[in-house]
Amino acid sequence: MSDNSPTSGKQLVTMTVNGEQTEVAIEPRRVLLDVLRHDVGLTGSKKVCEMGDCGACTVHLDGAPVYSCLVLGIECAGKKVDTIEGLAKGNQLDPIQQAFIDHDAFQCGFCTSGQIMSLKALFEDSPKPSDEQIVTAVSGNLCRCGAYQNIVKAAQAVRDEAKPETRNDD
Amino acid sequence: MTIKTPEIESSKNDGDIELSLPLQQDLTDWQTGHEFTVVGKPHSRLEGAEKVTGRAQYSADVRLSGQLYGAVLRCPHPHAKLISIDTSEAEALPGVHAVISQNDQFDIDWYSEEAPLFSDQLRFVGDEVAAVAAVSTEVAADALRLIKVNYEPLPFVTDMDQALADDAPAIHDGDNRVEEDSEYERGDCAAGLQQADITVENEYRTQTALHTALEAHGATAHWSGDELIVYESTQGVHAIHGLLCEKLGLPMNKVRVIEQHMGGGFGAKQTLWKPTLFAALLSRKAGRPVQLLLDREGENLATGNRNSTLQQVKLGASNDGKLTAIKMTCRINAGAYATAGEASNVAGIFQHLYHCENVKTSQVRVYTNTGPAVAFRAPGYVEACFALESAMDELAHKLEIDPLELRRINYTGRDQTGDKPWSSPDGLKTCYERLDEEFGWSQRKAPSSEGSIRRGYGLAAHEWMAGMGNPPAAVFIKLNTDGSADVVTGTQDIGTGTRTVLAQVAAEAIGLPMESVRLLLGDTAIGGVAPVSQGSFTVPTLAPAVRGAGENLRRQILEAAALLLETDATTLEIKDGEIVSTEGKHKSLTVADVCDELAPQSLQAHGSRRANPTDTTIRPFGALAAEVAVDTQTGEITVIRIVNAPDCGRILNSKTANSQVIGGVTQGIGFALTEERMVDHNIGLVLNADLEEYKIPTVADIPTITHAEVNLPDLNANNTGAKGLGELPLIPAAPAILNAIFDATGLRFTQLPINRARVLAALQAQQETAE
Repeated sequence: MSDNSPTSGKQLVTMTVNGEQTEVAIEPRRVLLDVLRHDVGLTGSKKVCEMGDCGACTVHLDGAPVYSCLVLGIECAGKKVDTIEGLAKGNQLDPIQQAFIDHDAFQCGFCTSGQIMSLKALFEDSPKPSDEQIVTAVSGNLCRCGAYQNIVKAAQAVRDEAKPETRNDD
Repeated sequence: MTIKTPEIESSKNDGDIELSLPLQQDLTDWQTGHEFTVVGKPHSRLEGAEKVTGRAQYSADVRLSGQLYGAVLRCPHPHAKLISIDTSEAEALPGVHAVISQNDQFDIDWYSEEAPLFSDQLRFVGDEVAAVAAVSTEVAADALRLIKVNYEPLPFVTDMDQALADDAPAIHDGDNRVEEDSEYERGDCAAGLQQADITVENEYRTQTALHTALEAHGATAHWSGDELIVYESTQGVHAIHGLLCEKLGLPMNKVRVIEQHMGGGFGAKQTLWKPTLFAALLSRKAGRPVQLLLDREGENLATGNRNSTLQQVKLGASNDGKLTAIKMTCRINAGAYATAGEASNVAGIFQHLYHCENVKTSQVRVYTNTGPAVAFRAPGYVEACFALESAMDELAHKLEIDPLELRRINYTGRDQTGDKPWSSPDGLKTCYERLDEEFGWSQRKAPSSEGSIRRGYGLAAHEWMAGMGNPPAAVFIKLNTDGSADVVTGTQDIGTGTRTVLAQVAAEAIGLPMESVRLLLGDTAIGGVAPVSQGSFTVPTLAPAVRGAGENLRRQILEAAALLLETDATTLEIKDGEIVSTEGKHKSLTVADVCDELAPQSLQAHGSRRANPTDTTIRPFGALAAEVAVDTQTGEITVIRIVNAPDCGRILNSKTANSQVIGGVTQGIGFALTEERMVDHNIGLVLNADLEEYKIPTVADIPTITHAEVNLPDLNANNTGAKGLGELPLIPAAPAILNAIFDATGLRFTQLPINRARVLAALQAQQETAE
């Protein structure tokens, strides 16, 4: 290995990803996002800015939302990592996911995983969040298609447990 | 039972539909009073579940056996000569499988200037110098650091005004003008200004803005035998297909471009960029699949931007508000190269939006040592609408005519450059009515002041040169033996809802429920040629062809059903997958039953898009109003609410149409208030090639945005009455916001974006003038 390369060999790291104990051999410099996308094979968390600006890579680390591009994989040893892929049970969607579809809370969908994971963390903390709490929860998640208004509506619908404005089959 | 499947004659396949039977439901039914069961409904996106579960596969998510990861080395200088490049250490690094650079001597030209793919003339910070493929993104980054490049920095110019100075460094041969000035005049502009009772004149500047699609440019390339398969993030799979074949000298049956989902493009992904070709070349060299996706810095530096402009605008009008002259002269910052794709048409809106006999426009692109510009959602029109609609607002203020009334006074239902009617001559008028209704423009309060907060209202109108659709498009539908249908198209869904909207059109035309239709797209190996998703073209191009194929298929189903029922096909129709009489009586026969009888034979149908009419000019229009609050202590601007009324013809899906409106307006708010690529002209470096300092709107910046549906089927445009929508809502947002700021504060800003610093400086100047 060249001196210019900071690769000092891989380490075996065990973490619980979406409830399943997972062992990966990773370089110390590899961030959690890349561990998930390349070593675990979960590509739902997206790589966009790689510096904690956009939120597209948001996952839960021991239950709290984090930008997985800012966390090293080796820091997750023994920890619980939850990603967008763990949210639905089979094809049974989480209410937030269903609300995103019903309220068209995305266009291209590239930020969607992060938006949903940020809101999931909010709802786990406070099932009846205020509008302000909803906005704050996703204020670190950029959406270039500009679906913000519908993202907030989707979250409000989950909170209010209201029937969606429009049904999928109409 | 046997049935002869009707032959589709290619010579008859260039129109909407060739009916052999005089069916009652023909094309006219989509024109007046037709009761739609699927079209127009707020159907949720077909790919919704894939996207909310993280299962949707974007180009960046492709994982192939032995896949390598690419990275690009970029020039750190705004202008330099590459003296030498040594890649040997990078190639020797364990894990590195291929390096490409000038040393490979590829015979491939790039950009309109036909610069080589790897040039020894480097013309902007971020110009590509080399690319590597390695076992991981980390090792690829290590390899870039081991490449030794000897540059000779050259004099540079990054500022558009300075680029036209006599002593400016030449970026290419010549004087830094990309081309001769593009001139237009009708009537006599000088005379029109002479006869005006009043004139307004200003110089407007718009900034360089970045598309900022969250998914970066790039591709995964894989040589399967002698066939190249590319998973690309693009607005046009067929365009990429053609360009890859051209650049690599390959026949089209040896290249396949695939894209099922893409994470935003907004214009910047309408043509082939170097990273995709690098992936293909690296993959060929390494003998393994290569995924090369740009990092955010590369994305912001080198894959296009909305060109900055300098526009000199002069309007002349009589005291009753009628325009006597419009004059506009414009410079456009092209960056270092003229890229392919849609041109930025700044002059268009000045020529078209208002009735005026005397119009003169002139525009020219200027080279600078900055990243090349490329079309960005309504290129030219976003920049120009800000200038024209600011000037119109100023005119309204000076004449003491209501801004909406001034626009009505200068209404035209005709294309004055082609001297023919607009396809929807009342389109813009209807936008004005809907805007007035939904926003309450005529009933709005006077601008108000409460403490340091001042509130005001502004509006802007626009047309858009595209949105008419751009043939050709060919569509094929196969009816499965269970009565469900696969609609095969060559288009792509760039996040706009194409998949869903076209499935609705197919379901409606055939008579099937939505769940019986699958819409296939995004694969050049299965779908016929379709245009790039640019210019709001996709729906007005594809939907008529889908409808044509659907109606063809329906006719065949009914012919078969008529044989089974021993009746005349003209007495039958299909509703929700069931064969019914034209009076609506059940026949105890479904489309699935018909298919069952036909099996193992099956039905299939083609449709294609006919040319656009020549006796009319197809145009979408729009109008937008904004209410804003300005805090005169802090300079903070808060957009309170926006109503947008776009005329996109018939609305095929109200849910996805709403999303286009709120999304476009949201981007417009960014263009008005926060977004600007910053360059230090002294050192030639881009200061904010990231998402930290390039500020796009967040959820906290967004007002209530309302889509005032116009939904005026444009029956002169095509057989569905639908025009494009995607670009419309962005065009008028900035001028409406700026006009509202004027209404609130009396401050007329002529430069974008307007941030706190500029507001505070202007307020201070205003106060000093008052004293």
